[in-house]
Amino acid sequence: MTKSYEEIPLTPISDTPSTINLTGYWRVMRPVVDKSKCKKCTICWKFCPDAVIKLVDGEPFIDLQYCKGCGVCAFECPAKCIVMVKEGDL
Amino acid sequence: MGKPTIPEEEFTYPGSTGCPGCGANLVMRYLLKGLGDRTILSIPACCWAVMPGYWPSNCLKVPLLYTAFEATGAAISGLRAALDVKGVKDVTIVGFAGDGGTVDIGLQAMSGAAERRTDAIYVMYDNEAYMNTGIQRSGSTPWGAWTTTTPVGSTHGFKHEAKKDIMAIMQAHRIPYAATVSVAHPEDFVKKVAKAKEVKGFRFIHALSPCPPGWRMNPMHVVEVARLAVDTHAFPLYEIENGRVRITRKGKGLPVSEYLRFQGRFSHLTDAEIAAIQKTINENWEMLQTKETSGT
Amino acid sequence: MRQVMTGNYASAYGAKLARAEVIAAYPITPQTSIVEKLADFVATGELKAQFIPVESEHSAMAACIAAETAGARTYTATSSHGLTLMHEVLMWASGARLPIVMTNVSRAMAPPWSVWVDHMDSIAQRDTGWLQFYCQSNQEALDTIIMAYKVCESSAVMLPAMVVMDAFILSHTSEPVDLPSQELVDSFLPPYSPDLKIEVGKPMGFGSLVKPDQYMEFRYKAMLGMKASRDRLLRVEQEFKSIFGREHGGLLERYMCDDADVVLVAAGSVAATAKDVVDSMRTKGHRVGLARIRSFRPFPHDEIRALAAKVEGIAVLDRSYTFGSAGAMYTETKASAYSINKRPIMKNYIAGLGGRDITPRVLEKIFEDIQVVSKRGAEDEVEWVDVAGLPRRWR
Repeated sequence: MTKSYEEIPLTPISDTPSTINLTGYWRVMRPVVDKSKCKKCTICWKFCPDAVIKLVDGEPFIDLQYCKGCGVCAFECPAKCIVMVKEGDL
Repeated sequence: MGKPTIPEEEFTYPGSTGCPGCGANLVMRYLLKGLGDRTILSIPACCWAVMPGYWPSNCLKVPLLYTAFEATGAAISGLRAALDVKGVKDVTIVGFAGDGGTVDIGLQAMSGAAERRTDAIYVMYDNEAYMNTGIQRSGSTPWGAWTTTTPVGSTHGFKHEAKKDIMAIMQAHRIPYAATVSVAHPEDFVKKVAKAKEVKGFRFIHALSPCPPGWRMNPMHVVEVARLAVDTHAFPLYEIENGRVRITRKGKGLPVSEYLRFQGRFSHLTDAEIAAIQKTINENWEMLQTKETSGT
Repeated sequence: MRQVMTGNYASAYGAKLARAEVIAAYPITPQTSIVEKLADFVATGELKAQFIPVESEHSAMAACIAAETAGARTYTATSSHGLTLMHEVLMWASGARLPIVMTNVSRAMAPPWSVWVDHMDSIAQRDTGWLQFYCQSNQEALDTIIMAYKVCESSAVMLPAMVVMDAFILSHTSEPVDLPSQELVDSFLPPYSPDLKIEVGKPMGFGSLVKPDQYMEFRYKAMLGMKASRDRLLRVEQEFKSIFGREHGGLLERYMCDDADVVLVAAGSVAATAKDVVDSMRTKGHRVGLARIRSFRPFPHDEIRALAAKVEGIAVLDRSYTFGSAGAMYTETKASAYSINKRPIMKNYIAGLGGRDITPRVLEKIFEDIQVVSKRGAEDEVEWVDVAGLPRRWR
């Protein structure tokens, strides 16, 4: 929605976290983690370009609101426990 | 269970508008992990000028100055001068520019900043073409690559000029510290950045930034391609500290075809052309090793 | 304290007294002694500033933009090709709403190569969103720098300003100049303190990407800033007068215009010469006047309109030319006068390009011509003055 000229700063100063952009909608392929095989090596977290993987006690949780489905985590996982499935497939 | 091998704190938010698998996203992520939050970034026209999102979206947790295309070297000089005159200390100023904005249009300003020994770190994220404007060739595009302005055709085709050796140019400026980094080796990346942070004067970081749409590759191979760039010596990892070259990773010495085969931008190359690339890479690797042993 | 000094030195003193904090500059004739003098001030510690000897004018302005965004008061100076090289970043400075002050020693553009005065370089920047002041004396060059900071740093304005000074005629010619004391200037001009600046701990992005559905609102705001600068300049000048005891005529300095039949509109050092010509013609009974455009941006619409309503003829002298159109000052003066009921006859005189001398005799002939033209109408609305090969003789 267009803001009135009185409501905007003099020059475009961006100060809103980009979490307003739900890039998860871009996805064509979705990563699925087989937790039983996961060794909690943290490598998927390390290589995620968008930093959408959170580690909880070494266990990865992928934030699907933002994950773009690039597949780097799946390719880099040493245990091969991440599989890319077509978005929409359960 | 493994512990993270690089600092855990994130300095970027999700929601950046970089492509899926964007190498430049990884470059920024590792850079800021090495520098921390007392950092001010200056970013010219490039992919990263767009990636924080449309106003008012910002994917960075550190302050950012957007500038005109060729202005990075001048902007970091201006920022440092302002902080100095105001007595603000303990801040890392970073110019973060693409290859086009560094080796081509940005070269003059960067050279000036280096000559003036501006106290700042200049990071060139190198996706080897003008990617933000649609994959046009730059001075950093390697020999043999397809780009939209070096298309493959019957009369000419692909880039027939060698990649500009920006590290050698930086060495000639006698700066205290320069290093190449790869997104496939984040521990080395973060370590070099943290080291650069402690050096005073003009520092240069050359980061190879694989680009799935520009390199015509599957995004899931972004880290693998960066790894192969190092292992085939297409992009060796080394430092130049006070003029002395030190190779920081030997690499496996794989044939360059292993690196090229992942990238559609090289798919038109004949065996003879690949052999020519291999020859050049071997020569450059020899030269780098000679520089290291001879102490220059 | 009165001293005899060149316009360049006066400008350097202006920047020093205004306590410029970051100076990024590149040498170009005939600006060089401004930058040399400032380098001297910084080297001796007389001026506590960071001096960045940049490698091009584009970088000079880019460095000033970055430093100003970080909250430092910045100054630079250039001329001719240096100014036009900066064009891209001049636009950036005004879009970023940064009150940078710059002296432009206006010099002709190449080819042909020329180091002498004309206004093509600064006129070509009239669309950049910068305030533009044209000086007629070295005193004015110094005073306007100090005033410009006060006008531009006001939160209602927040736009950059260029102080234009004629090449060699002002830059290198010595005149008596009153140097105010630092204390007096400090009492007039407080330190630069913007609402927002780039700083550690505040993760904001300055200058980001805006879609078509929001861009216009930013430009509208910049327009409001330029609009506000009009009144701000008048008020600042009155304040300047009360502290320093002098002023320079507001946006349009009028000399003997009240009862004039015809007036000459001009800018820069030629206006000072024209005042002498007005005086001598007045002794012979001619009712002529001189209106000096001091502020070209913002353009003195109201003042020109008021003047045009009272006179029969207006001669506009442009020391530049807009190819395919007419002199820029003429075009804008004519546009201002359009909305009044009884419009005067107007004519454009293109003179003094590449440093061609505009002598008192030439000015006298311009006055004589506009007197004739205002009764008869102009055959040619735009006349090039003193061009060899044209039938009309001006010397």
